[in-house]
Amino acid sequence: MPGSEFYGNLMFWIFAIMAVAPGLGILLCKDIVRQAFWLLLSLAGFAGLYFTLEADFLGFTQVVVYIGGILILFLFGVMLTHRMDIPLKDVKGFNLVLPGIIAAGAFLASIFHLIYHTQFKTDGAQETPTTIKEIGEMVMSEYLLPFEVVSVVLLVALVGATYIARRGDEEA
Amino acid sequence: MSLSLSLQSLLFKTNAWLAQAEGTTPAPEGGEGAAPTEGAANAAGDATKEIVEAAPERAFMLNENSTSDESGAPYIESAITYVLNVEQSSWWIAAFSMLLACLGVFGFINVFALFAVWLERKVSAHMQCRLGPMEVGPHGALQTIADGIKLTVKEDIIPKLADRPLFILAPIIVFTGTFIRFVPLPFGPHLNAIDLNLGLFFIASVGSVEVLGVIMAGWASNNKWSLFATIRTATQMVSYEIPIGLTFVAVIVSAGTLSLHGIVEAQEGWFFNWYMFRNPFLAVLFIVFFIATLAECKRAPFDLPEAESELVSGFHTEYSGIRFALFFMAEYAAMYLVSAIAVVLFMGGWYTGIPMIDEIGMNTTSEVTPWLGLFIKAHVLIGKALTLVFLQIWVRWTLPRVRLDQMMYLCWKVLLPVALLCLVGSAFWDLCMGAFSDEKDYFMMIIPK
Repeated sequence: MPGSEFYGNLMFWIFAIMAVAPGLGILLCKDIVRQAFWLLLSLAGFAGLYFTLEADFLGFTQVVVYIGGILILFLFGVMLTHRMDIPLKDVKGFNLVLPGIIAAGAFLASIFHLIYHTQFKTDGAQETPTTIKEIGEMVMSEYLLPFEVVSVVLLVALVGATYIARRGDEEA
Repeated sequence: MSLSLSLQSLLFKTNAWLAQAEGTTPAPEGGEGAAPTEGAANAAGDATKEIVEAAPERAFMLNENSTSDESGAPYIESAITYVLNVEQSSWWIAAFSMLLACLGVFGFINVFALFAVWLERKVSAHMQCRLGPMEVGPHGALQTIADGIKLTVKEDIIPKLADRPLFILAPIIVFTGTFIRFVPLPFGPHLNAIDLNLGLFFIASVGSVEVLGVIMAGWASNNKWSLFATIRTATQMVSYEIPIGLTFVAVIVSAGTLSLHGIVEAQEGWFFNWYMFRNPFLAVLFIVFFIATLAECKRAPFDLPEAESELVSGFHTEYSGIRFALFFMAEYAAMYLVSAIAVVLFMGGWYTGIPMIDEIGMNTTSEVTPWLGLFIKAHVLIGKALTLVFLQIWVRWTLPRVRLDQMMYLCWKVLLPVALLCLVGSAFWDLCMGAFSDEKDYFMMIIPK
């Protein structure tokens, strides 16, 4: 189709900017709730990137897990505590500049190292009309054991959370 | 959000069309019946043209091989390509058809909200031996339009201490969170914006966007009542998503697909093929789903988030004018949405339950009957959904509000275990019934070859 390559690139850049640019917002914003909503934009951008890669299941999972689960949990935590700006005077100060530079430099170096040494496949994968079917078959056959292990781990976490909540209740 | 999502799905379609034009994937199976390909000598461009020309007939052939590809935006796209007489669709045609499809859904939401507000007022009035709105139009039918005009011209108040950008953004996010869930929702056979393979998962996942919008609204208002309501809303909606999700899973297990089209088509035939009647466990799940969606829509008896007697009016206390209208439109749109999903999942979608009526417009060569069939089916689906909407209104004006702890008790200790049991039960029921019927090869479906 004419223009579809341009269109694909356009979508990629929109979502790429949407995924990365909110990072600045998170850094520069003082209100923690606004930071959370910047994070929402970033997570949505990542979901969009998955969609452009035709990984629709992954994209929806990103939405349901990160936006629907983690971000709401995060906002809950913020709302049940005090509304306040992050006290900037505590993190300001020259004694933090050097460690900050070292940490940022180390992170940049490791990222650069990773990008430089990864072999990126440029030929696209085979397009699958229904990803969910493939995923279901793989989970139920080849990856059955990891799938079961993961579900047991989640169950343990769930039981643990209930136990902690219950114990707190009895003490009070 | 809505824009980006529709653009994403547009991108899928663009790629699909591209693949079709290049001949990398075979054309949809339904095409074979309507337009037999003349030999293998078709060039890529010819193949596309033939698909485009065959589309109008094929779209209404709802028989065995009907693929749900040719619906909504892709269908509009092929129609535009046909009208413009261009050989290949281009991305801007795809974008334009997506926009048209979304506008259709948007129009429906608007008209439905107007109607539903009027219906709610009239039903509640008659239940309380009142008349309700009577002045504007016959039986007050135009009252909502008058109210709408009033709301749009009202002063738009933003509290001084509110978080201004979030306050402005919140109603938009709530509305789009509801609106994008309409994207895979069918209004009839092939009458949806776009039929996603992951339709049900899409609806379940983007529902959480609405919760975020509500949190944003309550927080940005900088108001005690709003904040209380926000926490209540978020608790309630996040909790009740779980029984709804389990219900989805049970239906998916029975239907073997996540596409809403596919789920409806699995319930073809007599009305006892509807999932509501076919399987006792799914019948229970239907009730679970209905109760859970009442809570999801924040409707009585679960209207704690906007309990007038306790919280002024909940998370939208500080909102006025058009932003308030957006919240209300989203609320009423969600009412239709969950009802339509219930119809699709349990009540046979657009099928009347009587095969003789359902067959109108199928397998005919006449030009009128397919449209008649489509007309009937769309009205059947919307009619069933409106019945459920009426039921929601009925419940609201009949039952008193539950307490917060009762609401949580109902969700976690009643609905969740029941839904889990019914999920397992319905899977076993299907397995056992499949073993005795040759209608579907259940075991072959389950056991890999």
